[in-house]
Amino acid sequence: MSHTSRNLVVSGLARVEGEGALRVTIRDGQVEQAELNIYEPPRFFEAFLRGRSYTEPPDITSRICGICPVAYQTSACNAIEQACGAKLDPPLAELRRLLYCGEWISSHALHIYLLHAPDFLGYPDAIAMAREHRDIVERGLALKKAGNAVMESLGGRAIHPVNVRVGGFYRVPGPSEFAPLADQLRRALELALETARWVATFDFPDLELRQDLLALHDPGRYPIERGTLATTGGLAFTPSEFPGHVTEQQVPHSTALHATLDGHHYLTGPLARYSLNSGSLPPAARQAAADAGLGPQCRNPFRSIVVRAVEIICAVEEALRIIDGYHRPDRPAVEVTPCAATGHGVSEAPRGLLYHRYELDGDGLIRSATIIPPTSQNLAVIENDLRRVIAAHLDQDDASLTALCERAIRNHDPCISCAAHFLTLSVSHR
Amino acid sequence: MTKPSLAVWKLASCDGCQLTLLDCEDELLTLPGVVSIAHFLEASSAVQPGPYDISLVEGSITTARDAERILKIREQSRILVTIGACATAGGIQALRNFGDIAEFTAAVYASPEYIDTLATSTPVAAHVPVDFELRGCPIDRRQLLEVLTAFLAGRKPGIPDTSVCTECKREGRTCVMVADGTPCLGPVTHAGCGALCPAQSRGCYGCFGPFSGANVPALAGQLRQCGMGDDAISRVFATFNAAAPGFADRSRDEPHQ
Repeated sequence: MSHTSRNLVVSGLARVEGEGALRVTIRDGQVEQAELNIYEPPRFFEAFLRGRSYTEPPDITSRICGICPVAYQTSACNAIEQACGAKLDPPLAELRRLLYCGEWISSHALHIYLLHAPDFLGYPDAIAMAREHRDIVERGLALKKAGNAVMESLGGRAIHPVNVRVGGFYRVPGPSEFAPLADQLRRALELALETARWVATFDFPDLELRQDLLALHDPGRYPIERGTLATTGGLAFTPSEFPGHVTEQQVPHSTALHATLDGHHYLTGPLARYSLNSGSLPPAARQAAADAGLGPQCRNPFRSIVVRAVEIICAVEEALRIIDGYHRPDRPAVEVTPCAATGHGVSEAPRGLLYHRYELDGDGLIRSATIIPPTSQNLAVIENDLRRVIAAHLDQDDASLTALCERAIRNHDPCISCAAHFLTLSVSHR
Repeated sequence: MTKPSLAVWKLASCDGCQLTLLDCEDELLTLPGVVSIAHFLEASSAVQPGPYDISLVEGSITTARDAERILKIREQSRILVTIGACATAGGIQALRNFGDIAEFTAAVYASPEYIDTLATSTPVAAHVPVDFELRGCPIDRRQLLEVLTAFLAGRKPGIPDTSVCTECKREGRTCVMVADGTPCLGPVTHAGCGALCPAQSRGCYGCFGPFSGANVPALAGQLRQCGMGDDAISRVFATFNAAAPGFADRSRDEPHQ
């Protein structure tokens, strides 16, 4: 038998956030190598956070990712507030959730319409898609704009909001300020429902995740800005116990560090959140999930686009609920007195669980910082998906198989900019 | 007549400045009427070869590979515009310029020997000639559209090199420093955001970097009167534009562990 070898290489992955490459080697019908390489340069956030004040991580760490700055601000605030024993007044906690809803709407609309849907409909990008489906792309942009409007209205701006501080906000809006936003969100709810109906009609290749799923759990409501941790394997733990369960390891075949949960690969993100919390979805989102054919769990990464659509509905419903019940809080922030302590903070970034840990000294200066972004936790599963997708479609030619591999990566909405500051970087010359 | 071609590039950065282009929701679908989007990996898998009429570059130079890459980008670009604090000042990752990169690497990575990085983070203009630098962390959407429109029309972009204070006054806001004693970097910070922070009852934190007439020592005295200590004053200048001329002298004072 003659030996055959196929190499699939995409040196610059498109429609993902950040710079990554795909490398696949197939020898004699076996997947020998399937790697998502990171060549995004490291930026050393954990190093230069040392010596900074406890008030600074929300602004500094938001700059790790322009797509999910609110996630960084929130996990940072959660960690520092925990260290200092501060608890947000309930109305302030609701505003924090509202701001985060804006990021979910905007980030998910970006991913569904501009990054992911072109895969299902066979276009290189949303602009090409708009030539034949202008109304659809306009709907996506209107939805994304509504998410940005939430962040602009409460946060001051959509990318790197300026109104977030440890303990709450610098300023809380007056009751009438949210009125135009509420109108925009009511229209957005219709657009979100249409989105879920639209993506449910796509064709989804078969793939079933076998790994454990890890997501936050927030009793009685869908987890976004806070919660404790839960897995589909039945494990439950607090944010402070996160380092005891999740460890990062270097794997020989990859340049990236892979996180494991009690020694096993696992996945965070929309599939994990949905599978662990579908019972807590608000009414319209729950109905839309059922109409879209989702069961109580969803383990097909290609269907993540449907879960994202359901989560947009959830975020719009939640934003409207918070705005409709809004009274201006008595104070914009609670007092946070720094002390020598360590705090752990988690929240659900649009693409998965984001963990921060800060060790403070008695003057409120940071002694050490650890940040574990979702994409770093998901890399091992993404590469595993790649292997399985390739193995199941070896009959396809190189171009189709490469395109399918890129789709398998985009399913997880990887944010390489986030991952880079902690992934090792080395370029292999072969 | 063929449409001018547009390319968007990313170096060390957070993606936020190129996302600003996608955040132009009202204009995005009219863009193909005026430019051909030839290279924009974040948005499209269709990549056209150069040369390009306009290149937008996000991010700073932190690796030998990117130092090579920017030369090629410059070669292929008729007009090169850098967007954001990383590309125009080195970004927050330029804090390494004041520290020890070997120690930084060891602090973050288990196997520092695999890390391929330069000891400094530098703006694009330190490597190649740049036709226009648009400031901000992130850049402002309206300013981005103004710069694109101006270069497409062959005119100079109308981006005033003045302070945030001028915008704040124009908006009719009460000065947070004078009225409340809130430390504010508005007097030294480049305009462009629309004085967002004072609108949120917060002092400006300098994310657009210094404007050319910034008098940082004078402001430092004012910040001291607002109750800030020397370490805190050093820290506020040592953020997203830490290595920008004007802020760099102050950033260097910051005690690093």
